Amino acid sequence: MSDDLDDIQAIFFEECAEGLATAEAGLSAMAAGDVSAGVIAGVFRAVHSIKGGAGAFGHTALTAFAHRFENVLDEVRANRIAPTPGVTRVMLSAFDILSDHCAAAQGTAAVPADAAMLAVLEEVLATGGAPDQTAAAPAPAPEPVPAAPVDEDPFGFQPVAIGGLEDFDLAPSEPAGWTVRFTPSNAAMAHGGEPLLVLRELELLGGQVTAADLSALPPLAELDPEMAYIGWTITLPAEVAEDAITECFDFVAPDSVIEIVRCGGDPAPAPEASAPAPAAEPVVAAAPAAPAASAAPAPVVAAVPSVPAPAAKPATDDAPPPRQADPVAQSIRVELTKLDMLLNLVGELVIRSSILSDRLSPKDQERVELPQLSRLTREIQDTVMSLRAQPIKQAFSRVPRMLRDLSSATGKQVELETFGETTEVDKGVIEKIGDPLTHMIRNAVDHGVELPADRIAAGKPAHGTIRLSAEQRGARIFVRVADDGRGIDRARVRAKAVEKGIIAADAVMTDEEIDQLICAPGFSTAETISNISGRGVGMDVVRSNVEALGGRVEITSMPGKGTVFTMILPLTLAILEGMIVRLAGQRFVLPLANVVETVQPEPGQVKPISTSGEVLELRGNFLPVRRLGNIFGFASNDALPPEESLVIVVESESAGHVGLMVDTIDDRREVVIKSLDQNLHPIRGLGGATILGDGSIALILDIEAMVASSNPRFIPKGLAA
Amino acid sequence: MTKTILTVDDSASMRMLLKASLTGSGYHVEAANDGRHGLERMIEVKPDLLITDINMPEMDGFELIEAVRGRPEFKSVPILVLSTEFSDEKKARARTAGATGWITKPFDAQKLEVAIRRVCP
Repeated sequence: MSDDLDDIQAIFFEECAEGLATAEAGLSAMAAGDVSAGVIAGVFRAVHSIKGGAGAFGHTALTAFAHRFENVLDEVRANRIAPTPGVTRVMLSAFDILSDHCAAAQGTAAVPADAAMLAVLEEVLATGGAPDQTAAAPAPAPEPVPAAPVDEDPFGFQPVAIGGLEDFDLAPSEPAGWTVRFTPSNAAMAHGGEPLLVLRELELLGGQVTAADLSALPPLAELDPEMAYIGWTITLPAEVAEDAITECFDFVAPDSVIEIVRCGGDPAPAPEASAPAPAAEPVVAAAPAAPAASAAPAPVVAAVPSVPAPAAKPATDDAPPPRQADPVAQSIRVELTKLDMLLNLVGELVIRSSILSDRLSPKDQERVELPQLSRLTREIQDTVMSLRAQPIKQAFSRVPRMLRDLSSATGKQVELETFGETTEVDKGVIEKIGDPLTHMIRNAVDHGVELPADRIAAGKPAHGTIRLSAEQRGARIFVRVADDGRGIDRARVRAKAVEKGIIAADAVMTDEEIDQLICAPGFSTAETISNISGRGVGMDVVRSNVEALGGRVEITSMPGKGTVFTMILPLTLAILEGMIVRLAGQRFVLPLANVVETVQPEPGQVKPISTSGEVLELRGNFLPVRRLGNIFGFASNDALPPEESLVIVVESESAGHVGLMVDTIDDRREVVIKSLDQNLHPIRGLGGATILGDGSIALILDIEAMVASSNPRFIPKGLAA
Repeated sequence: MTKTILTVDDSASMRMLLKASLTGSGYHVEAANDGRHGLERMIEVKPDLLITDINMPEMDGFELIEAVRGRPEFKSVPILVLSTEFSDEKKARARTAGATGWITKPFDAQKLEVAIRRVCP
């Protein structure tokens, strides 16, 4: 074997994750009533592939479970078990265990206790639709055979016994010796068959050809080289195991006559694949053996007609219907580190391109075709970004399972609605929102959704609904978790915050501000820490995780109606189209996605409305105006009068249109975001930093945090150490 | 002379595992990720043995086997099915389509080699 088994295994686990997602999507569709053949086949194929790979890598527990699960799915697929809601529920539960097994195989979780689930699956198999076991079972077996009947094969194939699952517990036998008679059928040479190889293999077991039946051999002139005319008798020593002999005939053509007789005994028929048959009996094997023939006590021939298959003619009559072309795009797998390296290089290219445009006069820029180069650079950058983009579905895929667990743990009934799961987000973002999302969902079920009785008393349906949605707006992704539960109990939240010393007892706060308190560090409203939400992390961790991504968390709540948690995340973590603004001699980058327009105020157009606030009168409307200088604590006597400044109107999710007053605008360009987190604490109001074309550093503004930071608590304290 | 085996499987890990295993047994291994590419590669490399999965997107294993057997030059090339499927119906269908033998996944390297030698000495 080659050295990189671990690498192959890593790929297998990726395939597992994909397979699980496919299976879950299919099972969810079935639960929702779509039991079409395509959906069922998709689930089957996913579980089937997981089983196949798991076996190859020696994950026996996973293999065994997937095997049983697959059996049920196979019956459902073959319409022998109806996909009733009950059966679908069982399969969803089995799916959950299967996910756990995959995690266990990967070493990220303990091996799940699956005995109960296996028993349930077995029951479904036994009662659900009478799986067709008779077709292959060795009929008059004197003792039960501990092998799965489905593994037996009357069609001339026998599975090569494999480790674990299909190892037969073969009763040892000590007969005096074996006599094997083998007459290949005329089709023996078709399909790449070669009877000679069977004889050679039997010889390797110690067999000797003792007789050849040439009676059917025609004169040479009439001999067809593709036909088989000879029958052989081979004797084998007694110590050769019966299954070793039958295995030699695994691939012989249908209609061949195979007799395996223990010396001194009467030949008795048995199915071809009867390796585990009782050892005390002589065996006749025919390929293919059919139940009727194998049940007959005829001593010799048990050949049964099978489907003839001329080699050159496709069997159209019972060929499978053409599979619908799966809309699977062709793809190759690339290591993420390579993508990141590419992204980094493209980032450098963007910076170099900026430096060039800084240094060259417009005329020189035209001469060297810089605009074309810049456009190409931008296209490369877009393409590279899209390489890292993945549908957010991946992050959502854990949620249904989680809700099922939560429902059973809390007794609350919850339905999930998801929207916008095809929204594409940078892979780095997807990976990092998993935990915050998990916690938001837990929080919604634990604290938001009420028990069925309470909901009915409140005039709501017994089951709560959690709406999970994702949408892209500009360069931001909005991920929402909305429940229709009881809403935030503001009195309790406030009391708790006072008790924990987060706010002063006499603090004057708006409802919105109180709602945000649940994200404050050290805040937890659960009176007793439940094992659902209270796992040692609070919503403050959610907030800090999201902010570490350059995002924000917003909470809106309506008492009695529900709560909406919104994660607002950057679409990408790497490149930003920005407006370079100047303020008090420093340069800042404003994300262009937020910019609506710029205004050079006339005298009087900016009016003070209180000691701290100003508004901009714009086409009859008044917009609040913030001075960047104030927000960042620059000395106010440096500030220019409004008519010598520029007001940049930005759109924010939380505060609508807001004017930001800056000294001037330098440029508009794409900047590569460099994180500040490695060196500094997260600073509210700043999304990172970048290197400009001349090599100097500019800080990137986080508009949402800035316009929302009217509350003094959120004014950045300056650069932390 | 080194024998060439074409493996067709939609699972990348399975292809890699087969390649590692078969290369270790002294075979030259080519691979394709579905039936359609399998047929293309078959025509290109003219292997001594074809090992194919059944459940694949695009062209599945049955269709691939039929297509291969439909070409006179591949009339006697051994074809092994390597699948986790175990149903008699599937095996019969594979046999009808022209498969030489059937190996149930999962496999181990030794068993695989035995099975291969059974059809391709």
